[in-house]
Amino acid sequence: MYEKDGEKYFVVDSHMHYWDASPANWVPGAEQYAKGWIECFHAYQSLAPANTHWPIEKFQKYSEETLMKDLFEDGYVDVAITQPTYLREWYSSGFNDTDRNASLVEKHPGKFIANTRWDPREGDAGIKQLEADVARYGCKGAKMYTAEWREGSRGWTLKDPEAFRFLEKSQELGVKNIHVHKGPTIWPLDKDAFDVSDVDQAATKFPELNFIVEHVGLPRIEDFCFMATQEPNVYAGLSVVVGGLMHARPRFFAKVMGELLFWVGEDKMTFGSDYGIWEPRWQIEGLVAWDFPDGDEFSDYPRVNVASKKKMLGLNAAKLYDIEVPAECQLPADAGEPAAQDDAVLVGP
Amino acid sequence: MTQAVTVVSRVLDALGTVRDPELDESVTSLGFVGSCTVSDDGVAQVRLRLPTYFCAPNFAFLMVADAYDAVSAVPGISRADIVLEDHFASTEINDGVAARSGFVQSFSGEAVDELENLRADFVRKAVWAGTDRVCRPLIAAGSAGEDLIALTLGRVAPSADLDRLRARRAQLGLPAGDDDPLVIDPASGAAVALESLPLHLRRARVTRVGVDANTGICRGLLQERYRPVAAEGETR
Repeated sequence: MYEKDGEKYFVVDSHMHYWDASPANWVPGAEQYAKGWIECFHAYQSLAPANTHWPIEKFQKYSEETLMKDLFEDGYVDVAITQPTYLREWYSSGFNDTDRNASLVEKHPGKFIANTRWDPREGDAGIKQLEADVARYGCKGAKMYTAEWREGSRGWTLKDPEAFRFLEKSQELGVKNIHVHKGPTIWPLDKDAFDVSDVDQAATKFPELNFIVEHVGLPRIEDFCFMATQEPNVYAGLSVVVGGLMHARPRFFAKVMGELLFWVGEDKMTFGSDYGIWEPRWQIEGLVAWDFPDGDEFSDYPRVNVASKKKMLGLNAAKLYDIEVPAECQLPADAGEPAAQDDAVLVGP
Repeated sequence: MTQAVTVVSRVLDALGTVRDPELDESVTSLGFVGSCTVSDDGVAQVRLRLPTYFCAPNFAFLMVADAYDAVSAVPGISRADIVLEDHFASTEINDGVAARSGFVQSFSGEAVDELENLRADFVRKAVWAGTDRVCRPLIAAGSAGEDLIALTLGRVAPSADLDRLRARRAQLGLPAGDDDPLVIDPASGAAVALESLPLHLRRARVTRVGVDANTGICRGLLQERYRPVAAEGETR
């Protein structure tokens, strides 16, 4: 919980990782990809305040103690949702797989929610694994990483018929929150790999599922915003928006937030630190303190207040994941509830 | 000496016409040109670098291929040697461009189409973003919706943003003459009706914000990735 000016903010970090990208975990023959990947992530950390930068060795593999301190002691987080990314062609035991992440859940009850993942290219074996993960960890969400390389394939899309089979299975198992992540992505090679039209189709076909588009479709915010106005079950995951822009490019940050507030609305924006890329502390403090800069270019964006920030930092995600929020962190009765899906269709034109 | 310097500056000027298709900015202003030299026998050596190891290979291919074409056309250049560095697909891209093989052949089995459709999609985004760049100052200066839809390109005060918008429209075959409307649908080229204008301008703005934010992140990542190299370059 974060407290500021007498207001208490319940914090759900809805997108974070517990990874091992150390050289010992690099797949022989794929070292250049494993190294290139983690160095790419590390460069993103440079967009944060300098006093939160880590040396590459720590960034490749941080300890459980470090994570617990950064999130819960220093970072105000109440509940963290682990989002797996496998990348097993590059990292022998996976970059951060469901089991590694879930080891935290079992050791620290109440602090974590473990999401699983699936990959439609895994077919029957993938369906069985999804069932096993849900049975073991009670997963209510899954992370889609469509850019994963697998046996010569450089990626997949939610339009694939096989993906529909997994979405049906997710719905059946109560895995209702589908976090979609598009980058850094390279496939299909001859088209725009960041295109979000596949999410649009899936969201229409599976209205009972929620689709949280991580880092709001960056670098295609405009496509994401257009899609999100038309799909009541599409949410904006703020990971990367806050971490990558708030400190490094504050004016662009304000504009991106303004666009999201206009097209998607504060009831459908969820905070995620993307830890270990960025520590949550400065992001949470900064977001609570944030407002639009002065200037005409920001004047017609929707305004934010304490209630908006409470929703973004925790209440919206708590609703998606059925997390109990202490009464002291709830919105006052007259501020209204975070929107249910069907309210959101009114947002935007 | 003076001769060599002149040729190098002509090569750099040529590289200035090469754009990152996704960001609609020149590779020189983005800092993507790591080095550029010309040998006595007219061989241009250009090293290109990108913000990350995993930057999209299709856009990277277009930049390397465009740089090859632009530099090859410079008078006094006998051969253009364009090398993309530090990228997961450097080998395929560099070899493919050098052999003039095209994208499909360079990524055999992985790509079906050449990249002109992709390029056009992003020029269209540049038209959207450019519409915001040109219209926003007019609105700030008091132009109402009726004024904007009545304006023709030839009656807008000259600016770099206006030139850029017209160039992008012309590239797509959209109306770009003095008598053509300032505000058009970037898909069809048709004029925009007054009742559609507010949403049209909103869409133009969100497109510009997206491109600008993306450019901001790319600049930050490039700066971090090549910090030591950039510091050396400054002392030269």
